[in-house]
Amino acid sequence: MRTDPSVGLETRLALYETMYRIRTFEKRAYDLFLSGLVKGTSHLSLGQEAIAAGFGEAMREDDWSFATYRGHAHALARRVPMAAIMGELMGRACGLMAGKGGSMHLTSVEHHMMGSYAIVGAHLPIAAGAALTAQQLGTGQVAVCFFGDGATNIGAFHEALNLAAVWRLPVVFVCENNLYMEYTPIAAVTAVPRPAADRASAYGLEPIVVDGNDADVVLETAARVLDRARSGEGPSLVEALTYRHGGHSRADPGKYRPDDEVATWLARDPVLRYRERLLDGGLEAGVIEGVERAVDDAVAEATEAARSSPPPDPDLLYRDVFADGGASWRN
Amino acid sequence: MSAPVRLAESPSTGTARGGVSLAEALNRALADAMAADERVVVYGEDVGKLGGVFRVTDGLAERFGEQRCFDSPLAESGIVGTAIGMAMFGLRPVVELQFDGFSYPAFNQVVSHLAKLRYRSQGRLDLPVVIRIPYGGGIGSVEHHSESPEVYYAHTAGLKVVTPSTPSDAYALLRAAIDCPDPVVFLEPKRRYWEREDVTLPSPAVALGSAAVRREGRDVTVLAYGPTVPVALAAAEEAVGEGWSVEVVDVRSLSPLDEETIVASARRTGRVVVVQEAPRLAGYGAELAAVVGEGAFGWLEAPVQRVTGFDTPYPPARFEGWYLPDADRVLDAIAVAMAY
Ligand SMILES: Cc1ncc(C[n+]2csc(CCOP(=O)(O)OP(=O)(O)O)c2C)c(N)n1
Ligand SMILES: [Mg+2]
Repeated sequence: MRTDPSVGLETRLALYETMYRIRTFEKRAYDLFLSGLVKGTSHLSLGQEAIAAGFGEAMREDDWSFATYRGHAHALARRVPMAAIMGELMGRACGLMAGKGGSMHLTSVEHHMMGSYAIVGAHLPIAAGAALTAQQLGTGQVAVCFFGDGATNIGAFHEALNLAAVWRLPVVFVCENNLYMEYTPIAAVTAVPRPAADRASAYGLEPIVVDGNDADVVLETAARVLDRARSGEGPSLVEALTYRHGGHSRADPGKYRPDDEVATWLARDPVLRYRERLLDGGLEAGVIEGVERAVDDAVAEATEAARSSPPPDPDLLYRDVFADGGASWRN
Repeated sequence: MSAPVRLAESPSTGTARGGVSLAEALNRALADAMAADERVVVYGEDVGKLGGVFRVTDGLAERFGEQRCFDSPLAESGIVGTAIGMAMFGLRPVVELQFDGFSYPAFNQVVSHLAKLRYRSQGRLDLPVVIRIPYGGGIGSVEHHSESPEVYYAHTAGLKVVTPSTPSDAYALLRAAIDCPDPVVFLEPKRRYWEREDVTLPSPAVALGSAAVRREGRDVTVLAYGPTVPVALAAAEEAVGEGWSVEVVDVRSLSPLDEETIVASARRTGRVVVVQEAPRLAGYGAELAAVVGEGAFGWLEAPVQRVTGFDTPYPPARFEGWYLPDADRVLDAIAVAMAY
């Protein structure tokens, strides 16, 4: 874990690598959707990569991530193998959950990626419960829960914040405020201008708003709030401002957003911006290109591995319903 | 919410004061489970200091400390959600949702997450959560405080659902539920909390997924669970006067269901009556009727009869006597079955 905001080169390259990996992976996933290889819907984090990368870099290996249906980025940031994620999107046997979960449910216990929850708000209390365990068992772990701006208006958000504050739980709530709740501007349906931060004081928490498109800022904030949680000072609520480059989901071209707004945010692309910063800082282009090439190759390899993996065994459907296996008495 | 209800003064372990009440048996089961395994934690609204509105958690905070038994905010989604997070990482939470109707704010957590995380995690996550819900009518407390939500849970794959009808089963089933690596919705028939049984605790173990024949009979099988078991037994007793020999099966585990015991009884008697407090349409009795139809069709002398609550919201106290199945209604159903 790094608490120093003046991060070293190695960390900066790691941040860039993660962001570039998320970007490249998700673009590929999108292409595969368009070509029909990935079924169902999916929700991309294109434009929001800095948040997953910054937190991923600051988290201890055994800290827990809880994400939403917009969860590929967080699985990638926790270093879940790309072939397993790609396989899961394609519903193949090599998938992270052997094809049983799909895009919206990526879960990998060994990577402490504790799931993608597709009922908005539901995972905030669950993350608080994980934190309660860490607190009771004294493990020093922190639960980090990522969610959208839309989640700040559902009851579970408020239940979880109150619980976490009153019990001083080691949990960090991260609102990825991308200004839209599906097709609706969050400002149109929220009583306060800053959907997360303006609620913080209701739970005795500091209002924190950060530029979610600046990986350095996210990293620095993450390190600070993780430290606070780990040292027993309780939860934090971080609002990270960001913007999705595409639509809400696969089916959405995102036409409801004003052109100038889109243009403004595209100019703040977290990946390109960070690349420029690295170059401005004197890093040689060749080094960056090397990182990019390695990622490109790995994504291509993962795609190929997933593509050539067989479909899952239909028998899997019945498995892991109960501890003793399936639900044979029902079927 | 009702005012706190006073139970017996002392959590009983034996036959003092005419046996053990169902609430005391549950209290003892929680205490024994907490003593046996320090991962067991108990919480919910008013559960810590007060000891629960039905006093089922009485004395636990005092005995085991506030880390093991504590008060939560009024936040059912928060309560079950945190329990999920705790169970994922090695604790064994037993949460109380104060009344049946207040389990609905937690429904999302129970159905969409608690029931599914084992499946979603490829079997990597155990979810040893017990959700205790006082349920059913008979205490004059109208909807929200008198409902029978069992089918919502039984219908959901990944959940186990049990409901005891006696103090000794209450003890044994709660211990089994806490030991279970899967989530268990534990439905406590609240109007039976104060009924006593002459039993010494700990009572013999009962496996989840087993029914019990409470009374043997030759002519008709009455299938009941939770609060309706004593009703069925009363009807069986009255039936003797009519010359009918009635078998009573306490289903007690709604998921998994002990189809074997039920089908065997139906084959023996050839006539089946099911009893539930819940409304009739798509109730658990319909499942029981289907299981009997599938497993004992060739043995049946009569169609399965259902004695149920009505397809209405649970009514206020004055209507309650009409709404709830009683021994007379069960007896009427037995008579219909016998007329075939
Ligand atoms: C409880 C619930 N209601 C509605 C939905 C449908 N839905 C899925 S995503 C979404 C918008 C959520 O917006 P936000 O929280 O801002 O997250 P973002 O998609 O922007 O990441 C909606 C309404 C849902 N998944 N869960
Ligand atoms: Mg949003």
